Amino acid sequence: MSSTLESATEIRPFHVDVPDEALEDLRRRIAATQWPEKETVPDHSQGVPLATMQKLARYWMTDYDWRRCEASLNALPQFITEIDGLDIHFIHVRSQHEDALPLVVNHGWPGSIVEQLKIVDRLTNPTAHGASAADAFDVVIPSMPGYGFSGKPTSTGWGPERMGRAWAELMTRLGYSRYVAQGGDWGAFVVDQMGLLAPEGLLAIHTNMPATVPADVDRASQAGEPPPADLSAEERRAYEQLLRTYGQVEYARYMAARPQTLYGIADSPVGLAAWLLDHNDADGQPAAAVVAALERTASDRGELTRDEILDNITLYWLTNTGVSASRLYWEYKGGFFNAKGVSIPVAVSVFPSEQYQAPRSWAERAYPNLVYFNEVDRGGHFAAWEEPELFTNELRAAFRSLR
Amino acid sequence: MAVSASNEATAAGVQSAAIRPFRMEVAQEEIDDLRRRVQATRWPDRETVADQSQGVQLATVEALARYWATEYDFGRVEERLNALPQFLIELDGVDIHFIYVRSAHEDALPLIITHGWPGSIVEMLNVVGPLTDPTAHGGEAEDAFHLVIPSIPGYGLSGKPTTTGWDPARIARAWVVLMKRLGYTGFVAQGGDWGAIITDEMGAQAPPELLGIHSNMPGAVPPEVSKALSSNVLGAGDPRPSGLSADEERAYEQLSFLYTKGIGYALEMGLRPQTLYGLADSPIALAAWMLDHDARSYEDIARAFVDGEPVDGLTRDEVLDNITLTWLTNTGISSARLYWENQVGFFDVKGVRVPAAVSVFPRELYQAPRSWTEQAYPNLIYFNEVDKGNHFAAWQEPELFTAEVRAAFRPLRNGRSS
Repeated sequence: MSSTLESATEIRPFHVDVPDEALEDLRRRIAATQWPEKETVPDHSQGVPLATMQKLARYWMTDYDWRRCEASLNALPQFITEIDGLDIHFIHVRSQHEDALPLVVNHGWPGSIVEQLKIVDRLTNPTAHGASAADAFDVVIPSMPGYGFSGKPTSTGWGPERMGRAWAELMTRLGYSRYVAQGGDWGAFVVDQMGLLAPEGLLAIHTNMPATVPADVDRASQAGEPPPADLSAEERRAYEQLLRTYGQVEYARYMAARPQTLYGIADSPVGLAAWLLDHNDADGQPAAAVVAALERTASDRGELTRDEILDNITLYWLTNTGVSASRLYWEYKGGFFNAKGVSIPVAVSVFPSEQYQAPRSWAERAYPNLVYFNEVDRGGHFAAWEEPELFTNELRAAFRSLR
Repeated sequence: MAVSASNEATAAGVQSAAIRPFRMEVAQEEIDDLRRRVQATRWPDRETVADQSQGVQLATVEALARYWATEYDFGRVEERLNALPQFLIELDGVDIHFIYVRSAHEDALPLIITHGWPGSIVEMLNVVGPLTDPTAHGGEAEDAFHLVIPSIPGYGLSGKPTTTGWDPARIARAWVVLMKRLGYTGFVAQGGDWGAIITDEMGAQAPPELLGIHSNMPGAVPPEVSKALSSNVLGAGDPRPSGLSADEERAYEQLSFLYTKGIGYALEMGLRPQTLYGLADSPIALAAWMLDHDARSYEDIARAFVDGEPVDGLTRDEVLDNITLTWLTNTGISSARLYWENQVGFFDVKGVRVPAAVSVFPRELYQAPRSWTEQAYPNLIYFNEVDKGNHFAAWQEPELFTAEVRAAFRPLRNGRSS
């Protein structure tokens, strides 16, 4: 029996072990789905089409194998530790290379640690992936509060800032005195907050969804008003992309207002799956990369597959975190893509199918200590998940100057 | 659900090849399946706040589920509907279901009442008697109406459109055809929520047979106010227009709250109705979604379930009749599509040209000021602010609503050629 003080900072090993009954119940519920009729349009414009959902449901309840995902999670060292009153689940893989740079990578919504599984070995074991030992990272991948295997907050206050503080505490608790942080989607919000907090030991952040939008453009794009007159061609393109994005984020506005009303994402597997699939990227809603993945059964170079999409959805289902994850939108009261005032070193990678392509000019203003900026030629909102090789290369290059 | 059109002649005596008598028939297996699903609900954890600010509270929905699965009489909807003459008519390619009760009083004024979302014809069941049979309900024979209550396409027992285009204006045109098919050359129309918008559209189309309209959710917001409000939906933070009177300021604040905090469900259904698969698959998801219309009606409904203290007509049974009808007809998503179809501002001025009557209920989404209402409806024949009632005026306050409808249309009866 450990003392209170010891147990508060205790780090307990964790294994995923879902009971058979939970998987049987899931299959039974999918099979018993009461469907709506088909949408009245021939495209995605009313939401995720019926045929898409029915095809996915058939595969989910017959051939999909959660145990494969469970095995790949359990192949990685996982832990739980209590931070700020809440159990935090995380993957922690130390590189064999002595001088590896400690890195905390933060997932987003509608994602989970499943987004990051393909980058773990690439980052921790670079010599097995065509890179040098000098590129090695020690990798920490926490599940956000309310997500996956982390605890669900029972009171308010767990927004990106508090998570940022928690991740700093986690890295300290793991013995890291110098580390870097990375994120996309909500993970990008959290690492921006870490950048603002600038805890001792945080050397820099890397974001693949940078918050760079100047105040006047931010206001105009949200109100659907004309942009300021003096924008460059790149900035003008970003403004147009923001306009489109703000026109397709009602799911986010809904979760920000009424997350608890979404009982269907707790009670209906298909209700949950459709809700999680209907995220947007630059190529539309649902995100083009996710739509393409639903048709991809195998992958040569790490492209997103149908199984990975279902791994993520099934993780939400088995942990019943649809509603608890949505509450993060309710917690957050700040702006989406507006510049936050981060002054520590920042690295930015711009993926072409992200919700908007941050222009270098805005990135330089938003992040005055910009140590790296690169526009890559493929990949989108789920950068680590869609393009693990490219994403890994970006992180290596982004943080090289800080080692 | 088995939607059956029987061939029996009915009391109303409507005889037409295209107007078919209708009775609702629900198979026991459908009831059993519904009850089983309610009992097998997998719940989320409790909200992290002590109020409704994150949505429909777990305790409210759990109380609803308990009552629904154990005490609620699943035969109620069927019985209540089948006690009234119902018909189907194909209009513009879709089967339209309607209740049709002719008054015993010969000079009764023909009236078509349109329900809204998340409602159905269930909202109107308690006004059928008072409106068609006034002498049995404290009114005069001169107050009688011949009553037509259609189900909006995609709602309840009407057909579900399989193609696009069924917006409020098209529904309005269909209603005029329906009334003419029933043989009426002079009639009035009434509505709240979508019913108000459809009724306004009828008033803007102004067919010669339409004598006047009554709305309990008037579209009265001036264009410049509407513009300021809509820019704020997206967080732009435009200032309130200057020069508003106290009444207008109150309305502005009510609408501003609604647009920024209280209408996410409408925006989501407007953009992605098909993604709401949970509404088709989970009775509790459907119930919670339907309870979350607006803060005041939610407050009243939560009182009914949690405290056992319904506010006037909004009892647990009434609320569950409406949800059960929506579940059994699997119309959660088809009804949501009306938001996707719609292009007009909910509370904007629609250009009504016919005589219009307006009743303002105090707990409606916004209290339309007389000043705005007079501008919006140039031929305003009646305006009254009543002292109780929320968004669901006919449902919650059937007596008061009936009194309003009688008073509203009284001036139009005298001028009618008989």
